[in-house]
Amino acid sequence: MTIAAKRVEVAPRVEARGVGLRAGFVTVAFLLIALGVGLAVGPADLGFGAIVHSTLSYIPFLHVHQPLGTQDHALLWQIRAPRVALGALVGGMLAIAGASYQGVFRTPLCDPYLLGVAGGAGLGATLAIIYASTSGTTWTVPLASFGGAIAAVVVTYALGRSVGATHMTGALVLAGVTMATFTAAVQTFVQQRHPQQLQNIYSWLLGGFSTATWHDVEICAPYIAASSLVLLLHRRVFDVLSLGDDEAASLGVDVARARLTIVVAATLGTAAAVSVSGLIAFVGIIVPHTIRLLVSTSYRAVIPLSLLTGAGFLVLADVAARTVVSPAEEPIGVITAFLGAPFFAIVLRTSRRTR
Amino acid sequence: MIETHDLWVRFGPVAAVRGLSLRAESGGWTALIGPNGAGKTSALRALAGLVPFDGEVRVEQQDVRRLGRRALARLVAFVPQKPETPPELTVAEYVLLGRTPHISYLGGEGKRDREAAARALRRLDLEEFAQRPLGSLSGGELQRAVLARALAQEARVLLLDEPTTSLDLGRQQLVLELVDELRCDGLTVVTTMHDLTLAGQYAEHVVLLDAGSVVAEGPAVEVLSATTVAAHYGANVRVIEDASGVFVVPVRR
Repeated sequence: MTIAAKRVEVAPRVEARGVGLRAGFVTVAFLLIALGVGLAVGPADLGFGAIVHSTLSYIPFLHVHQPLGTQDHALLWQIRAPRVALGALVGGMLAIAGASYQGVFRTPLCDPYLLGVAGGAGLGATLAIIYASTSGTTWTVPLASFGGAIAAVVVTYALGRSVGATHMTGALVLAGVTMATFTAAVQTFVQQRHPQQLQNIYSWLLGGFSTATWHDVEICAPYIAASSLVLLLHRRVFDVLSLGDDEAASLGVDVARARLTIVVAATLGTAAAVSVSGLIAFVGIIVPHTIRLLVSTSYRAVIPLSLLTGAGFLVLADVAARTVVSPAEEPIGVITAFLGAPFFAIVLRTSRRTR
Repeated sequence: MIETHDLWVRFGPVAAVRGLSLRAESGGWTALIGPNGAGKTSALRALAGLVPFDGEVRVEQQDVRRLGRRALARLVAFVPQKPETPPELTVAEYVLLGRTPHISYLGGEGKRDREAAARALRRLDLEEFAQRPLGSLSGGELQRAVLARALAQEARVLLLDEPTTSLDLGRQQLVLELVDELRCDGLTVVTTMHDLTLAGQYAEHVVLLDAGSVVAEGPAVEVLSATTVAAHYGANVRVIEDASGVFVVPVRR
């Protein structure tokens, strides 16, 4: 036998990069630290050790003693914890929805509000604040904003679809812009006639978690969990869609159906998030692009890491919102936009350079 | 094998393809040629099931209308004129995407898919490029990666829309030789081609389309005459034949 015949053929390493061990570990650590900071930071110092012990006391079979008194316990678990949980849910949802819209429309500057979610939710909330502020319950504004967001996206989709499948992607984006402009006009018209409610309206529009309760978490969590799951399961489909409609179709993907499923999931989750938090800008752009710059552009990494990083990012932004001008609160939308605007400029410059 | 009978492709009131009937045999190379706007790409896209059409298209004896999109993708691989090649994806990741028709909608690649992609990479001498991002490849290497992705699909029919666009002369020959090797492996190859000399050198069967209709078809030596080219391209050419095929050389009027 010759040496050549004995040579073992080395097969090329053929696998798709997913999240990766290092990126996964760093992201989970970032989220856990953000959650810890979110629980620990506030006017009353509860002590980090006491917070950890209090958390562990809820885990069965560990038999950890609850270290906090009644008042501190209530402060931690009835005020800070729902706020942190809601921030994590909303941040994760906005980031994964932003990444999904960017993937499905193949445009890096798409955000979760692309198809009119923000305009519809803003109009719904404005109407509820003005016309149902005395007669409504605490759920009137979230329900109205959720309904407004869904209604706006349904109209956007119907409008985009009316041009036919061939040009649907561009038509949807234009229909979203049309819807956003129209709802903004109606909202402005209505609010100008009720100047006494302007502060309430703007405080909702700029977003925040200052009134977060476990009830808010319970209401939005099922929508956010379901839509995140759908989007996570589509992470490989996003990579196929990145080849363009024709090639994705020639690889056996029903592009129209995949796009509709993704848009419905991202929109439902975003509407649920917006209904409990108001409009929080830039999370859906900052987070996915950070993942793309630091980890990978493959959606197998971008989708799951956006969910985790978005959750951590918004919890930290909320900490900044409640501490920067303490004891008052800065609307969280101001914090994310303050960080987001310069980042947006960097993304623009980077995408121009790589074109 | 792929065959069409009375194939029509319409865009609104305009018919891009008018009653095309052709038969491309297994292990054969059919070239669709014709002047700009003749309907070559529309015909090819109809074969891939990417545009609505009237008439009949059969792949391996099966009516494509009755096949689902995934089932069709297991039989027919399509490479567009300008494929999207996300620059950050590695060659291996890109070729693995060719396994999509064999993977459930929400599933991931298994061992068989990785093996098929590895075979495609090896077949096109891309093993050493497997971990390179697509953005770092030259035009010729990129075209090989695109062919490897199509090959990983393990389809019986390979449709190529202008496979040599934007390649230099050497890369054009390299790519077409590779396609010819794949044809020898038993693939049915159908390409659209602008360059009549390359069509005359590589394709066994040439179909000349003009204004959506077939105006001539047969072996290159029969279809590519100076008179036919002048009539349908409005070009003055000299046609030279030798043992390797047909050369169509433009001559100044």
